[in-house]
Amino acid sequence: MTKNLVSSAVFAGLIAGLIAALLQFVFVIPLLLEGELYEGGERVHFLVDGMTQSEKGSPALGNDWARHLMTIGFNAVTYTGYGLLLLVAMGVARERTGTQITAKNGLIWGLCGFIAIQLAPAMGLPPELPGTPAAELAPRQMWWFLTIIASVIGLLVIAFGRGVAMLLVGIAILLLPHIIGAPHLDTYFGIAPPELSAEFVTVSMGVAAVGWTLLGYFAAYFFERGETA
Amino acid sequence: MATKTANIAAVRSNAGAFILVTLVGLGLLTVSGMAQATVLHDAAHDQRHAMAFPCH
Repeated sequence: MTKNLVSSAVFAGLIAGLIAALLQFVFVIPLLLEGELYEGGERVHFLVDGMTQSEKGSPALGNDWARHLMTIGFNAVTYTGYGLLLLVAMGVARERTGTQITAKNGLIWGLCGFIAIQLAPAMGLPPELPGTPAAELAPRQMWWFLTIIASVIGLLVIAFGRGVAMLLVGIAILLLPHIIGAPHLDTYFGIAPPELSAEFVTVSMGVAAVGWTLLGYFAAYFFERGETA
Repeated sequence: MATKTANIAAVRSNAGAFILVTLVGLGLLTVSGMAQATVLHDAAHDQRHAMAFPCH
């Protein structure tokens, strides 16, 4: 069992991580590099004749291969890490409820992973461009972590609980972290154009949705195959 | 009777596998998303931003 869980997670993590990295280089990293121009002060927003404006355009990816290789490598590590946890969830669910794990319902597992681990925390703590000042790190990490836990539990209760009462309990658990609210500064300090931040957020969420869907699909696919082999 | 014993043993070993795999997964995510050591942080920087880890 251990071997099948680990090998399925590694294969699925590599596939999802490599495709996510490729999409990040096309859609996310250029915006991140553009954000760094504001972080480093090479570009300044809000300063032209009292009008809020600055030139649009991302710098080229450049030839910092070490940096970009690290991005590819750590994507594989992150997706493999999430893949291991996703497969444990699939394995436990199958053992406890008899749910079949197939590549097709792996898509749903992956999407729920995206909702719990990317989307729900991002509602309180949007993905940040480099140079975006934010509240104290420790409370943000705490809120991020507890939001993921609450979202995972909430979704599992909705998916596997029986009856309307359990459905309502699941929804309440999902809502709880957002009612408490994420730690935020009481002032806006953003130095980059709001359009750039907004685009960065939507595009990185979109890429993460693709990565997670692939992760769910392939994790379940290899898990199922590993058992029949 | 023999089958029943085997089943229980299999379930027990699965629980061990689930715990072990969970720990390995959390370990990987700590390295790629959370660890603050400068070398790790810089290497994982772009990926952390792209995956929205709250890392700085």
